[in-house]
Amino acid sequence: MLAMNYRGPRRVRADQKPLPEILHPEDAIVRVTRSCICGSDLHLYHGLVPDTRVGTTFGHEFIGVVEDIGASVQNLKVGDNVIVPFNVACGKCAFCKQELYGNCHESNSQATAVGGIFGYSHTAGGYDGGQAEYVRVPYADVGPTVIPDWMDHDDAVLLTDVVPTGYQAAEMGGIKTGDTVVIFGAGPVGILAAKCAWLFGVGRVIVIDHLDYRLEFVKKYAQCEAYNFKEMEDPVMFVKQTTDWFGADVCIDCVGADATGDALQTITGKKLMLQAGSATALHWAINSVKKGGIVSVVGVYGPTDNLVPIGNVLNKGLTVRANQASVKRLLPRLIEHIRAGRLNPKGIITHRVPLEEVADAYHIFSSKLDNCIKTVLIPPSAKK
Amino acid sequence: MENTTKDYTHINGWGVDADPKNEPTYPMKHYNGDDHQRLNWVRPPLQKVTVEILKSKERPYLTAVLGTSVPPSGLSGVIRRYAFKNFSENEYGHWLPLLLADRINVVEGMIDDLKHGHIPNIFAEKGLKAEWKFNRKSFVTKIATGVVLTGMVLYFNQKRKKALLD
Repeated sequence: MLAMNYRGPRRVRADQKPLPEILHPEDAIVRVTRSCICGSDLHLYHGLVPDTRVGTTFGHEFIGVVEDIGASVQNLKVGDNVIVPFNVACGKCAFCKQELYGNCHESNSQATAVGGIFGYSHTAGGYDGGQAEYVRVPYADVGPTVIPDWMDHDDAVLLTDVVPTGYQAAEMGGIKTGDTVVIFGAGPVGILAAKCAWLFGVGRVIVIDHLDYRLEFVKKYAQCEAYNFKEMEDPVMFVKQTTDWFGADVCIDCVGADATGDALQTITGKKLMLQAGSATALHWAINSVKKGGIVSVVGVYGPTDNLVPIGNVLNKGLTVRANQASVKRLLPRLIEHIRAGRLNPKGIITHRVPLEEVADAYHIFSSKLDNCIKTVLIPPSAKK
Repeated sequence: MENTTKDYTHINGWGVDADPKNEPTYPMKHYNGDDHQRLNWVRPPLQKVTVEILKSKERPYLTAVLGTSVPPSGLSGVIRRYAFKNFSENEYGHWLPLLLADRINVVEGMIDDLKHGHIPNIFAEKGLKAEWKFNRKSFVTKIATGVVLTGMVLYFNQKRKKALLD
């Protein structure tokens, strides 16, 4: 089968690989019909995540058709069209039973701090991902959800990660009606976080980024305010000024390890790799939020340390909430929102690229070329 | 500068998920007391171990399902085994060797390609076709800068050699 093949930082290609097999009675094999490149895939692509082995297939955002099931699978049948959440979750451990599906304890032998994630290095379990024609899906009775007949598959593929992550970013903000929310990052997750914040009754949504085309997009798509930090002397001062010198009620980091905007963070985090990526957005979020406010973190960082003003977290009495999105918990509500027309995820898709051209797709997304926001990869087998 | 709270109630779905109970820890975690049972849940059936799986020192046993994509091999594999065997996730001794192994693995990957008669097309793998298509000016500038710098290095090197011979 054709699959994306990681060859080193900023080097990928499409290669022939063996078909996946059922290795566990709760496995399914899914023929991929659409997969996406996620902003967090860029952390792998840029070589920032430890234990990213050459030969791995990335891709944790994918949907497809069930081609085969293990002996114990009961909730799926061959031929079902399924949304596959990016979390590999057993449904039985203490964490899954408390709906913390992003923290499953039975899916990642290589680490305890993160559950299994498709195509996200051996630090997240060593599973091959969905930027391929076929993929092995463990615990098929737990995560995969049948796509409703009425749903557009472009909406469905975005329910595997980016929509739940954006929604949970807003949810973790503990938003109160009328709150001012500042979102750092106008990538796909930041855009969805801005859109979802309205569902929680927010009074004002401000998005901060440095790419004008993305700021223009989010302003229209999420009906929010959008500002370029390159035009500001200091984004924290900007937030203070625009909130009557009070600070935002909620700040959300939707960037993670690849942030730009602070030379010290960029050099130590991305160039010298002395910290687990550049923590610029988190730094700004902590310093921009009001005293007693909430900082919500969905931007992904590596497993080592980062330079953040933890003293200000203490002195300001902040609550920091963070997690990988619990996709399965959120899916029923998000499907309702799409059906009711409150969310229109497919509106963020800007590029459709054949899987054969995966190297170009990564470069376009990584370098923000051609006004790229969200890329969908179409494998050749999708047409079957 | 914009500094007014506007009425956004016309936005489709505004406030439908507003929940006064949405305080930290709710509804993110539906606490059920299982935390105090520790690791004593009924485990799923265990996947047969068919390839080498490295296990975090912070776990008592392998998880029930396993990712089998790229087992450790070569020099990078030796370093990965060392990192997992000797250090917990809490220690730099775990993560820094893994980053080193990743870089060595890139060279191993190139050697492996050549062994299989495949010459890696770095230009294509880096997606430079897209760079040429969408960012041509910058691409040409980078190439030109590279050519000029290489030319200068060669010129001064030759000049230095000539001076030494004279």
